[in-house]
Amino acid sequence: MTDAYVVGIDMIRFGRFPDRSVPNLGAEAALMALDDCGLRIQDMQAFYCGNLGQANRMVGQRILKEIGQTGIPVVNVSNACATGATAFREAWISVRADLYDLVLAVGVEQMGKGLLGGPGGSRGIPKEGLLGSGTMPAVFAEAGMEHSRKHGTTFEQFAKISVKNHHHSTMNPKAMYQVETPLDTVMNSEMISYPNTKLMCSVNVDGSAAAVLASERKVRELGLMDRAVRIRASVMTSDPWQERDLVMPDVNTCTRNAASDAYEMAGVGPRDLDLVELHDCFATAEMLHYENLGLCSDGEAGRLIDEGEVELGGRVPVNVSGGLLSKGHPLGATGIANIHEVSTHLREEAGVRQVEGARIGLTHVIGLGSCCGVHILEKAA
Amino acid sequence: MSNRPLPAADYLVVPDEGDPYLQGSRCSECDAVFLGDRAVCGRCGGRGTMRTERLSDRGILYSYSIVHRSFPGIVVPFVSAVVDLDGGGTVKGNLVDVIPTPEAVVFDMPVQVVYRDALGRLDSAGKRYLAFFFTPLPETS
Ligand SMILES: [Zn+2]
Repeated sequence: MTDAYVVGIDMIRFGRFPDRSVPNLGAEAALMALDDCGLRIQDMQAFYCGNLGQANRMVGQRILKEIGQTGIPVVNVSNACATGATAFREAWISVRADLYDLVLAVGVEQMGKGLLGGPGGSRGIPKEGLLGSGTMPAVFAEAGMEHSRKHGTTFEQFAKISVKNHHHSTMNPKAMYQVETPLDTVMNSEMISYPNTKLMCSVNVDGSAAAVLASERKVRELGLMDRAVRIRASVMTSDPWQERDLVMPDVNTCTRNAASDAYEMAGVGPRDLDLVELHDCFATAEMLHYENLGLCSDGEAGRLIDEGEVELGGRVPVNVSGGLLSKGHPLGATGIANIHEVSTHLREEAGVRQVEGARIGLTHVIGLGSCCGVHILEKAA
Repeated sequence: MSNRPLPAADYLVVPDEGDPYLQGSRCSECDAVFLGDRAVCGRCGGRGTMRTERLSDRGILYSYSIVHRSFPGIVVPFVSAVVDLDGGGTVKGNLVDVIPTPEAVVFDMPVQVVYRDALGRLDSAGKRYLAFFFTPLPETS
């Protein structure tokens, strides 16, 4: 089996673009990724497209109608918030299987404002606020409070995660927000679902990100190894049975399983990571994943944020991009945007937020329901 | 038929006679407990192993969130509670008869499942519903 590499990768600045179409947003990122490696759509042999909101509307083919209808196979994928990572992983599988030497993966989303989560089934009466809450802030608050019950994690510790990620995004020109948000601002912003305040919830934005993947022989043939990023591991899991998961979606076990499979596949451990982009859909979620990804032992997550180990300059910086909390969370684009951030550091192109000497990084996304995608990336040259 | 309210959840049983209760099923092979009836075990994949049982009306608070913003028209704040029932089964519902603050809501507090009207909500046919809620139990023995 050949190794697979990222040779081109980019994302648009996340924001709100109500006047543009989903394919138009995706097309922009696709062209940026092609330009990043000096290739054309005619060089691509297959295309994996991730989108949630228009999952039944052939977004990939509509992107090609904007940038070149070359007749290649197009696969549209949808996998909740792991959609982008799923498209990327399908592209990786096709290269590893020696089917193709050059493939394109795009993740794109156009979001409305407001709360995510359904108001309940269409039959009978609405269940929200009657049988608890099904909003995403509440679901992830309950997951965070499970950590509190086990380890005494405090509201303030959860809030510090949001302070950190908002600080990081002040250094990322592609983030939705570049605003410092001190601890009291985070804790005193509108309480949405205790312990998640408004500033501890990810930002609903529009966005797109794209990557060009290549086989090892093609990377060498094209002379692209200098900026290439080697994909050391690509793993996807679903949620194994847990006693509470009918009422409390479990984002922990699928992450733990994906992380351990990914470390094994890459032949590295959490101590080898120079940076991590993980799925901070809510501040409470990031806390759980420090432990789930093995960045610390169980019960140590609160200490990790208290002691600054996960800040830029710390032992293992997490979400230097600003994360979903401040860079923004366009669902289908997030999985590739995370890979873009890590790749940018491995290429030493991250400017003022550069993690010095970064050689290995990990990306992680969760789609509630649930699925988990983990990628481990390494500087190739 | 009667003007008996309809159950607000498909695992809530409102019998013709006697008290309402929560219904679950347990796998005779691996002991996993689920809400409502089912044909195949989601834990071990066992077929023909699921046994229907009446779940307990008591339990303890496992986790929660205090919801201050919800969808339009939903009255806030309320406590969204995850409760482990005695003997097995985990359900989610509103914790009521408690001040919705982190100081008043305590992990592992014992709760009673109570059955009350579904906050006045009616379906498109104007039918009433019965829902379940959790209410704090005084610590006993
Ligand atoms: Zn079973």
